[in-house]
Amino acid sequence: MSFFRTSMQYILKYLEEVGEMSAFAGRFFRELFRRPFESRELLRQCYNMGNKSLLLVGVTGFIIGLVFTLQSRPKMLDLGASAWIPSMVSISIVREIGPIITALICAGRIGSGIGAELGSMRVTEQIDAMEVSGTNPFKYLVVTRILATTLMIPLLVVMSDAIALFGSFLVENTKGDVSFRYFFDEVFLSLDFVDLIPSTLKTFFFGFAIGLVGCYRGYYCKHGTAGVGVAANTAVVETSMLLFVLDFIAVMVTDIFY
Amino acid sequence: MNKKSVTEGRRAVITIRGLKKFFGKNHVLNGFDMDLYEGETLVIMGKSGSGKSVMIKCLIGLETHDEGTINIMGRNMENVTEDELNEIRTEVGFLFQGSALYDSMTVRENLEFPLRRHVEKMGHFSDATPLVLEALESVGLAHAIDLMPEELSGGMKRRVALARTLILRPKIILYDEPTTGLDPITSKEIVLLMKSVQQKYKTSSIIITHDVDCARFISDRMILLVDGINYAEGTFAELDASTDPKVQAFFKS
Repeated sequence: MSFFRTSMQYILKYLEEVGEMSAFAGRFFRELFRRPFESRELLRQCYNMGNKSLLLVGVTGFIIGLVFTLQSRPKMLDLGASAWIPSMVSISIVREIGPIITALICAGRIGSGIGAELGSMRVTEQIDAMEVSGTNPFKYLVVTRILATTLMIPLLVVMSDAIALFGSFLVENTKGDVSFRYFFDEVFLSLDFVDLIPSTLKTFFFGFAIGLVGCYRGYYCKHGTAGVGVAANTAVVETSMLLFVLDFIAVMVTDIFY
Repeated sequence: MNKKSVTEGRRAVITIRGLKKFFGKNHVLNGFDMDLYEGETLVIMGKSGSGKSVMIKCLIGLETHDEGTINIMGRNMENVTEDELNEIRTEVGFLFQGSALYDSMTVRENLEFPLRRHVEKMGHFSDATPLVLEALESVGLAHAIDLMPEELSGGMKRRVALARTLILRPKIILYDEPTTGLDPITSKEIVLLMKSVQQKYKTSSIIITHDVDCARFISDRMILLVDGINYAEGTFAELDASTDPKVQAFFKS
């Protein structure tokens, strides 16, 4: 009985959290179209999230391309399908590996950063100070950050995909003497809009999820400085789970239409 | 105690009646009443956890109250829209206990932040620097304009926070424990500064404090908050002369 009651309490608390986060998302859309538009802050956030993540995302993408090709190459050679390596790598990276790995990296770097920054602003009363000065802190802090992640993650994914393919080419070129032109001809021949459009569209949702969870956890941070750590940590964990759920939904939807 | 001599002929800018605030079973405010008159400096004292900070947070809308009415400059706070609330907030400055400076912004940006969002009140300006400098000069910190908050001492942070409050030219300023955490000399400087600001800008003020010296120097009138109600009210001299043990506990400690 006690186990049942504890489980019910846990489920209710979870549903309550989901409801609150949905209301938070709803407020984002309401505030998005209301003046003033904090364009300067939006650009600053885009710069911070986009430009400052380039190295991390680039290096990760490059290594994914290298490792993925190195791991799959022997098996493809055994099957006599080495000519298919560029196609297989490009479809895997563009459709799935690039978007999800980049989004997970960004959840760690950007999502936790947002959670910690807003959490720290909450516990030091900086958000309250904005509010009492007659400014809308939600608009300045939350709307700009969610919008920035929604716009920047797709760009980072595209860049990461390109660098991963380049990494794959380097392995093919070194081990199989494949030319740059041949490799990328094969890549572009094998990729259709069916591969590109859904995988790019889902990255907007990934970006939105990273911004939303980070902002929600930070904005409603409680319990002082310890709460800031919890906010940053929870933001990463919840975003990572949400990314896989969104990815699953995106794949199911794509499967229905194509 | 009689407050007539202090407040006679003045208009109330803030009126609170029967304010109640509960946190679960904890009744923090139990029917608090208060009037703040134009140009008056009202000091509110009370033990830690007596509901002083909660009361001014209810006043400015950072906390929602459970019962009672709050009226600021003739407007009932329960009936105002979000835009009206923001408009009222430009007339009511709030100095936080921990200063609450935006730590990712310079002092200049801290002061420009509210200014650029209330151009309709402050009039259109292309360069905010003169307004920022004027506010910083009034707290004696014009030289710190390009410093980051982390480069400032506790007293300087409090001064910059006061300048940020003043930049929107509020008619009322709420101070939440303005001298807490400061050394006695800096505390005295802050109290003198508050006094000079009040004289220069003709503001009405509510000061939440534990500092008896601060209360003695700056208050026109005082309220003693005990168990969520205004237990005693009067001038500093009147409360100091009181024989009530609860009142004396503050003044003779």
